[in-house]
Amino acid sequence: MNKVYNNRAWWLILPMLLLVAFSAIIPLMTVVNYSVQDVFDANTRFFTGTEWFREMLNDPALHAALLRQFAFSLTVLAIEVPLGIGIALIMPKKGWQASAVLILVTMPLLIPWNVVGSIWQIFTRGDIGLMGWSLRELGYGYNITASPVDAWATIILMDVWHWTPLIALLCYSGLRSIPDAYYQAARIDRASKWSVFRYIQLPKLTNVLVIGVLLRFMHSFMIYAEPFVLTGGGPGNSTTFLSQSLTTMAIGQQDLGPSAAFSLIYFLIILLVSWVFYTAIMNMQKDHKNEEA
Amino acid sequence: MAEITLKSLAHSYLATPASPEDYAIREMNHVWHQGGAYALLGPSGCGKSTLLNIISGLLEPSSGDVLFDGERVNSLPPEARNIAQVFQFPVIYDTMTVYDNLAFPLRNVKTPEARVRERVMEVADVLELTGQLRRKAKNLTADEKQKVSMGRGLVRDDVSAILFDEPLTVIDPQLKWKLRRKLKEIHQRFNLTMVYVTHDQLEASTFADKIAVMYEGQVVQFGTPRELFERPNHTFVGYFIGSPGMNFLEVSTRDDRVMAGETPIAVGPRLREAVAGARSRNVKLGIRPEFIEVSGEPVEGGMEAVVEHAQDLGTYSILYLRLGEYAVKARIEEDQEPPEGRAYLRFPDNHVGLYVDEYRVETNHE
Amino acid sequence: MSLILENIDRVVGGATHIEGVQLELKPGSFNVLLGRTLSGKTTLMRLMAGLDAPTRGRVLMDGEDVTGRSVRQRNVSMVYQQFINYPGLSVYDNIASPLKLAKVERREIDRRVREIAEMLHIEHLLARLPLELSGGQQQRTAMGRALVKDADVVLFDEPLVNLDYKLREEFREELRAVFSERNCIAVYATTEPAEALALGGNTAVLHEGRLLQYGRTEDVYHRPRDILTAEMFSEPPINIVRGIISGSEVTFDKRLHFPLNDELRSLPPGEYRFGVRASHLSLTPRAKDDIEVKMTVDLAEISGSETFLHVHNDLFNMTVHLEGVHEFAVDAPVTLYFPTHKVYAFDRQGAVVHIPTHLGGI
Repeated sequence: MNKVYNNRAWWLILPMLLLVAFSAIIPLMTVVNYSVQDVFDANTRFFTGTEWFREMLNDPALHAALLRQFAFSLTVLAIEVPLGIGIALIMPKKGWQASAVLILVTMPLLIPWNVVGSIWQIFTRGDIGLMGWSLRELGYGYNITASPVDAWATIILMDVWHWTPLIALLCYSGLRSIPDAYYQAARIDRASKWSVFRYIQLPKLTNVLVIGVLLRFMHSFMIYAEPFVLTGGGPGNSTTFLSQSLTTMAIGQQDLGPSAAFSLIYFLIILLVSWVFYTAIMNMQKDHKNEEA
Repeated sequence: MAEITLKSLAHSYLATPASPEDYAIREMNHVWHQGGAYALLGPSGCGKSTLLNIISGLLEPSSGDVLFDGERVNSLPPEARNIAQVFQFPVIYDTMTVYDNLAFPLRNVKTPEARVRERVMEVADVLELTGQLRRKAKNLTADEKQKVSMGRGLVRDDVSAILFDEPLTVIDPQLKWKLRRKLKEIHQRFNLTMVYVTHDQLEASTFADKIAVMYEGQVVQFGTPRELFERPNHTFVGYFIGSPGMNFLEVSTRDDRVMAGETPIAVGPRLREAVAGARSRNVKLGIRPEFIEVSGEPVEGGMEAVVEHAQDLGTYSILYLRLGEYAVKARIEEDQEPPEGRAYLRFPDNHVGLYVDEYRVETNHE
Repeated sequence: MSLILENIDRVVGGATHIEGVQLELKPGSFNVLLGRTLSGKTTLMRLMAGLDAPTRGRVLMDGEDVTGRSVRQRNVSMVYQQFINYPGLSVYDNIASPLKLAKVERREIDRRVREIAEMLHIEHLLARLPLELSGGQQQRTAMGRALVKDADVVLFDEPLVNLDYKLREEFREELRAVFSERNCIAVYATTEPAEALALGGNTAVLHEGRLLQYGRTEDVYHRPRDILTAEMFSEPPINIVRGIISGSEVTFDKRLHFPLNDELRSLPPGEYRFGVRASHLSLTPRAKDDIEVKMTVDLAEISGSETFLHVHNDLFNMTVHLEGVHEFAVDAPVTLYFPTHKVYAFDRQGAVVHIPTHLGGI
């Protein structure tokens, strides 16, 4: 082996480094900068160290928002993932029906976030909204501006309606890539429908599900526009999630220092949870090599 | 136990087939006997995959019957037939261990665990998978995976036939012959009917005791590898089996001589009579390159041919010859010096086949 | 047009793909690159095409250094394993595409496309789209595209692996005929020794990025320079037996003795590896000095007109190549005749020290 060493290749990644610096590192550093200072105006600022971080971590309002946020994200994942898989399984596989259903399923994904909020806001109104009106006619005192339960249920329903199609589409493409021979072999092995799902379809879906779950988690953890339009975070604070608390603090109250510290904590939480998800799922797939020994 | 009978079987993918060309399988009758090692050999598009799907139950034939031990199974789904299938690409259950893969078909019919264990251990032993039983199936090599998919058929007591669909496609060339041997061993040990579908003459002849050669939706010959080589029943078999394939000369008789175009062909009297008596204009003589006697000097009864090219294939050479207007190939062994310019050919009568309308006609010249 | 590779190395990310290859291809020659997967065949072709540049060494075309010149500035064409055509263009337009790029005049394009199509027997398919064709016809189209532009070098990277064996047989014959009338250099990569023999011309045997031997195909086959070449260029594999030559006899694996014959008498005493081709072993005695060995059948592989018999005993595993179809039961006993006058001998370094006299000796 006569290896040739030189470091010229590093120049090739320089443009990429610069790009990343401008798009991610510099804005992030600005936030870090704010998070350790108390800014009064352009010329008056004090170094505060970790004070904002401590304050944020001890803020009961934020604790509540964080809890609500987790409750919301886990609930929508728990509903959307199985539902998405289920829809993918019953979607027709060929012919014009397949195309028609595909278009139908994709529809909600094409609607912008704030428009989704507006649609549902109208949809749930007791006087002119189809859902609100129907529920009232059926005798249920439905009111999202007064009942936290109604507000929660509606937001979850809205998110499920908006985002289950994403999981369904990912799974559908995953299912399409399974060769027919697998199904034939399973029939010959006299496997039940459940076994086919458990041992053929689900394992082959793992990869797309990892992507789906991560995307959905990050998305739902950052949810902002829809509840903002639909409930404005109410009634009370019952549907105020993290991003809305942050916005209120940063823009509404101009508390740049605390909100910067809060942003960083928020960012780290998302990073941590995504990493945990990813490692957990990847570990499930590994062969337990030690068992063989 | 299974004897698989195909009775007046035909299949077309069209709703209303009009001409014979519309059929993927043209009407045929065929029997695979219990315990035989068979191959279904043919080029792509000959209908062998269609036939395989009909036998395994993935496809219902448009007409005729599929009988398993005399019982009509036309519309029975694969799971209701006692067959197993090994596919071109190994089908294994990724997340399961090798043990669980092998146990799967038994557990699906609620076999007691003790019995499952007994069968799995036995089959793993035969397939030399005992050491791998606790590994995840997806980490195996291609040949091990293929053994696992075969094993899932072997564990079942009720399986009486295994269908193989080009099972060695993804196997490393150096390992192929070992797996071929394994297949033969399994056939001898388990009393199973095995049907091996392939387009490769080596795969078919090595595995099978009897080969069905398919061509344009029909079985044109059903015979041992030796019969296919020495007495091909159809011009297609002559062409398809052997490398290079059989030489064919279109012949007729003129002035009491057998002529290929303008060239007289030296054959014995029986063959000459048979050519003269043929009731068709499509009459051919076929002889394999291996059986042509080649000489560099004029010989008694030798036909003069032009040597166009000699290709040394290491163990032997192929001579590319021109006999009148026909291209003829002849094989000569390593110790024979290839003739240059002209060669003199003799066709030994017992190795010349007469083909009328593409099918062999026996002339009883032996 | 000649093509010379001068002491070429190709190193990618610290791994050596090609090492010290020295090769001169003559104008109008047909050359086979024979080697197993990852032996460097494709890498070498990419260097010849100018798709990659060598880490060390020079590439000369007609004496001119073209080492750094890109594929666009060289007149080469390539045919791949996969049937690569423009799916949206008809067969005619596919074949015409290189000429259109070269701005050849319309009438001339038409003439050459039809000429090539006729040569490749696809003249009746010119109006079709590639995906409506069979695999063989698709590959013919791809070959048409490679041949139409009168390239100086035409490279084939295992073009027949995805076709069945009858089509392969036909293609090989046609290729030989096509190139016998052309003055370009053809380079054809394959993993199969039988294919190299069927194509004829010259063969370069590659192993782990090194060139083992280059010469006329029959010569390389019959007269390998070393044991590795003999092993790489044999199908079924050449049988190798370790042995010792002492005063008056040869001993195989310390157990099987036989007297030295004229063939091997000139070799000095010592340790050797002896090679015998599968086709030289026999089930019937052919010469007085054949040694009789009792063996057990592992498997008879039958290839339509030939039989490859795998046998073993407690000393060695052997493969025998028999003409015609012979059926053997697994584990059946057979008697093998080992031709002592048809063996190759290799010294401890693997260099050939004896070639059977009937193949020219050494």
